[in-house]
Amino acid sequence: MFYVSGINTAPPEAGPGVVNEAHQLEIRDRIVKTIYREAEAIAARVVRQTGPHRDWEHKVDDILTSRLLGFPIMFLLLGLAFWITLVGANYPSQLLAKALFWGEERLSEVFVRLDAPPWLHGLVVTGVYRTAAWVVSVMLPPMAIFFSIFALLEDLGYLPRVAFNIDPLFKMAGTQGKQALTMSMGFGCNAAGVMACRIIESPRERLIAILTNNFVPCNGRFPTLIALTSIFVGPAAAPGFSSLAASFTVVGLILAGILITLLTSWLLSRTILKGVPTTFTLELPPLRLPQVGRVLVRSVLDRTLFVLARAVTVAAPAGAVVWLLANISFEGQSLLARGAGLLEPFGRALGLDGFILLAFILGLPANEIVLPILLMGYLSAGTMVEVDSLNVLQNILVHGHGWTWLTALCTMLFSLLHFPCGTTLFTIQRETKSIRWAVWAAVIPLAVAGLVCFAVAQTVRSLGLV
Amino acid sequence: MKALPLSELPTGQWGRVVSLKARGMARCRLLDLGLVPDTPVQAVRRSPLGDPTAYRIRGALIALRREEAGQVLVTPL
Repeated sequence: MFYVSGINTAPPEAGPGVVNEAHQLEIRDRIVKTIYREAEAIAARVVRQTGPHRDWEHKVDDILTSRLLGFPIMFLLLGLAFWITLVGANYPSQLLAKALFWGEERLSEVFVRLDAPPWLHGLVVTGVYRTAAWVVSVMLPPMAIFFSIFALLEDLGYLPRVAFNIDPLFKMAGTQGKQALTMSMGFGCNAAGVMACRIIESPRERLIAILTNNFVPCNGRFPTLIALTSIFVGPAAAPGFSSLAASFTVVGLILAGILITLLTSWLLSRTILKGVPTTFTLELPPLRLPQVGRVLVRSVLDRTLFVLARAVTVAAPAGAVVWLLANISFEGQSLLARGAGLLEPFGRALGLDGFILLAFILGLPANEIVLPILLMGYLSAGTMVEVDSLNVLQNILVHGHGWTWLTALCTMLFSLLHFPCGTTLFTIQRETKSIRWAVWAAVIPLAVAGLVCFAVAQTVRSLGLV
Repeated sequence: MKALPLSELPTGQWGRVVSLKARGMARCRLLDLGLVPDTPVQAVRRSPLGDPTAYRIRGALIALRREEAGQVLVTPL
């Protein structure tokens, strides 16, 4: 047994009388020094170090953060992660869709046998069930794969290296590299990314990180980006390279998102959140080989199913609401179509159309349901089609509603940059304890998305490229 | 030997902390990392863009920007 003396030292403020600054400093230093001496003594007794520092770790770290390869490796790993996600998710997605739409038919049969009124069937089956089925079949496979890859990189200890590499860029923007870590979390879910901003000590930099987190596409938006790139970029590439081209297009979009994050951070730290970058201390934990089995199980159970459950609970009621909007008519036109008609001029100016803009607005509860809402809107006039493959989707968009590559590009950009989902806004309100910041968090991205889409659409049109 | 700021320590080299120039919160943070006088520190590697630098402090690898590392005076070992 031993007595830990340093830890019991009272802080200098607790003492009576006034002490001058130099004196206070000295006391503080002595306290810390004593604590460390004690800690060293304890460590010496209980910690046994085996062998020298591992050599491979040092070498790998040298490569991951090297002047020449540090950045290319970052982009390649990101591209690889998307490529594996795209290629790997394709088949299970189709299988799931088939299974779930088989379930829809059975569900319909039950309704017919019970002699249920058509509106009830429509509301429950084509509204709630189909939207939820879409969300599950489109989201689950890519999410399970992407989250797992990310969890492996996390377990390896790679993410702090990214922050280490990228810190100077954030410093130029008036913030710091830990924002890169919160952005990595944002890939999974922006609400989680906003909560992760707690790791940033400076309140000003933390707010900037919170307000710009939605510029990294969350898991709810990936399926939209991936589906659209697969339709519009994949076929344009040389045969055999379509999934590679599609994944690097997604990487390109993410790089655009990072660029916008830096620009917006820079702008914020010069306007409403003025200040200079403060301190930055980041621990680079030892690299270690990931415990693959455990990481995979944990990522699927803790993240994938958790996010999926939340998405479905939001998507199901939203599906009902959208079905109602699509099927309640006023003067011969559904409410959905009327809304889209009102938004049409704004949508056109942004390279979109009224239905797309309306889908983004109605998709506020969860980004996952933007594409399903859009399809419901497009198909509300005619008969509902089972969208169980990308070909069908392509048919609806290109041949049914005149999408060009510009429409696809602007939709992806708007998806990447627009206001975060309701859950994230609610989280921002809770984290900042201010409704004002939550409003800013919706207004700033909306303005950015509008500006970027407008600029892109007008430039492309005036150059006569579409 | 003459003391120099930690930020000037060449990579791969070890130094021993002499004193901290920082005051207030910055000083507290550096102390929290274990940068108390007499602690050995090694400059391990620099970020691809030259800043920050990773230092080995008491077995942990910690990245500090030039501004913070410049607040720590060390004697090269």
